[in-house]
Amino acid sequence: MAKPTQSTGGLDFDKNKRSWPNELNILIALIVIIGVFELLGQTLPYMNEQSFLFDSRDRFDSIFNEARLRIIILQVSIIGIIALGVTQVIISGGIDLSSGPLVGATAMIVMSFAQTELVNGGANPKAVFGEWAFDLPILIPIIVGLAFGAMIGAINGSLIAFTRIPPFIATLGMFLICRGIAQAWTRGKPVSFPTEGYAGLGSGMMPVYWFIGLAVVFHCVLKYTVYGKHTYAIGSNEDAARMSGINVQKHKVLVYMIASMLAAFAAIILSSKNLTAQSGMGIFYELYAIAMAVIGGVSLTGGRGSIVGTVLGAMVFGVIQSGFTYVKLDAYFQLMAMGVIIIGAVVLDKVRQERAASRK
Amino acid sequence: MSEVILETRGLTKHYGGVHALNDADFVLNNGEHVAIMGDNGAGKSTFVRQITGVEQRTNGTITFDGQDVHFAGPIDAREAGIETVFQTLALADDLDVPDNLFLGREITKYDWLGPFRLLDYKAMRAATIEGLERTAVKIPNIRNTIQNMSGGQRQCVAIARTATFSSKLTIMDEPTAALGVQETEQVENIIRTLKDNGEPLILVSHNMRQVFDLVDRIVVFRRGRIVANLNAADTDGQDVVSYITGAKTGIEYEGAA
Repeated sequence: MAKPTQSTGGLDFDKNKRSWPNELNILIALIVIIGVFELLGQTLPYMNEQSFLFDSRDRFDSIFNEARLRIIILQVSIIGIIALGVTQVIISGGIDLSSGPLVGATAMIVMSFAQTELVNGGANPKAVFGEWAFDLPILIPIIVGLAFGAMIGAINGSLIAFTRIPPFIATLGMFLICRGIAQAWTRGKPVSFPTEGYAGLGSGMMPVYWFIGLAVVFHCVLKYTVYGKHTYAIGSNEDAARMSGINVQKHKVLVYMIASMLAAFAAIILSSKNLTAQSGMGIFYELYAIAMAVIGGVSLTGGRGSIVGTVLGAMVFGVIQSGFTYVKLDAYFQLMAMGVIIIGAVVLDKVRQERAASRK
Repeated sequence: MSEVILETRGLTKHYGGVHALNDADFVLNNGEHVAIMGDNGAGKSTFVRQITGVEQRTNGTITFDGQDVHFAGPIDAREAGIETVFQTLALADDLDVPDNLFLGREITKYDWLGPFRLLDYKAMRAATIEGLERTAVKIPNIRNTIQNMSGGQRQCVAIARTATFSSKLTIMDEPTAALGVQETEQVENIIRTLKDNGEPLILVSHNMRQVFDLVDRIVVFRRGRIVANLNAADTDGQDVVSYITGAKTGIEYEGAA
């Protein structure tokens, strides 16, 4: 680095002081957590020296325990898709509490347009609409779902951008409204029996492919497009963004729309995977999605975070869930442990921020 | 390019019954550096806010670069070529230097993608480095985020915007108020570079030494009126202070104070 030629008090660039990417910390945390579970598996008396990550069976020559890995990632994929949207909302300085109930409502609505007429040779016992809504092309439920998501997102965004009520309140209201829609849609009855094509959207490992594909897309969007740059700018300093000529209100509406469309898409995949839609679907999803983002280093004050971080956060989330089951921790304690870990992640982030600030 | 870059005639701003600015006639020539001085509440900031479109004037005309202008907001003013460095820095802390310089006016590719058009990082970095060199701003690493920078460096980034976009007029409102000795010197060096490049500047400052060091002309505001228009070479601190406090009033401004 060139030295300043004038006596201007410009600091030299010190490589040692360069902040180290937060994503690396999460990756290390992920590896440490896996290591801890591996160690617990080897040492806890009731575990019979099982391995958490590696394949210990004699008759297979695979290195990893692929079944577990598959379950871990499959488990987090659908909430992970929601987390991709939540990440953008939080980076822009907001919060979205409505994504979980939105999953429930969207699943109900979408499934009504994805039903098949004949079930085991008889008429569909759970038909919502009449004959016209049976065996529609697969695109119709997808479009209906995404449109519903876009609408809810546009309402969220407009409320936040134009009435300037806090995002927490706007999306909390939408939380209740969406849960209400989900329950009112069929008066609480589940909607089932989708067409074969629709069922294919979320079967097998499809949710994982969707999650990874969307993660790559939104990683690029946040990093390489004007939309991404403005999202960070608004979360970082809204006044500066406004002074710079960014249409902050329009941008916020767009961010919430994208987030809700991702949640709606998660609902499509989830209902397809489960072959049914129930009004109670997606309970706690909004909180899990926020947790994934937060574990992944997305700062709740806005301006900081990344899709890579959130994907890693989702993996940490999945590994912990799977690990608790693996060490046979009672399901009743899992939620508590999860809560402790989320708080821990935020505290660590805070400490890291303050250390960075005092280093100046 | 016209000789006079900015001219105001009878510029007036009333806040309700408060006459914050009265009949301000002000002329700035191309390449000239002018300081605006005055006590708190004398109308300096009000004057700046009318020129930059932050507020709408009650009366009077503003001619900028040969044309009558009515800026609806600071963004209009910026597009016309007036760059303002505000007292409170309008920087996004989590972004790096090129991102901040180009915030809201990014260089992009594939514009048909609408809000998802791609950023041309390479071009923006090149333009940033060029702008920093023109202003002689020293920033060790432009990829560093603003939050990792000192107050002086932040101020330099804010000032470097003006150079990057080859603005026609730069306005600085107390650019060194919150800075240390070395950082102040850094900012003053940038101002000198602007002078050498022949770029006009309006500097709002309380710092007498700085004003005499840097500018060609000093305009003194008092109680919402311009009370003196002095060549820096023909006057001294005592004189300026007399005008600021009202102990003395310029001949052509007799009766104004």
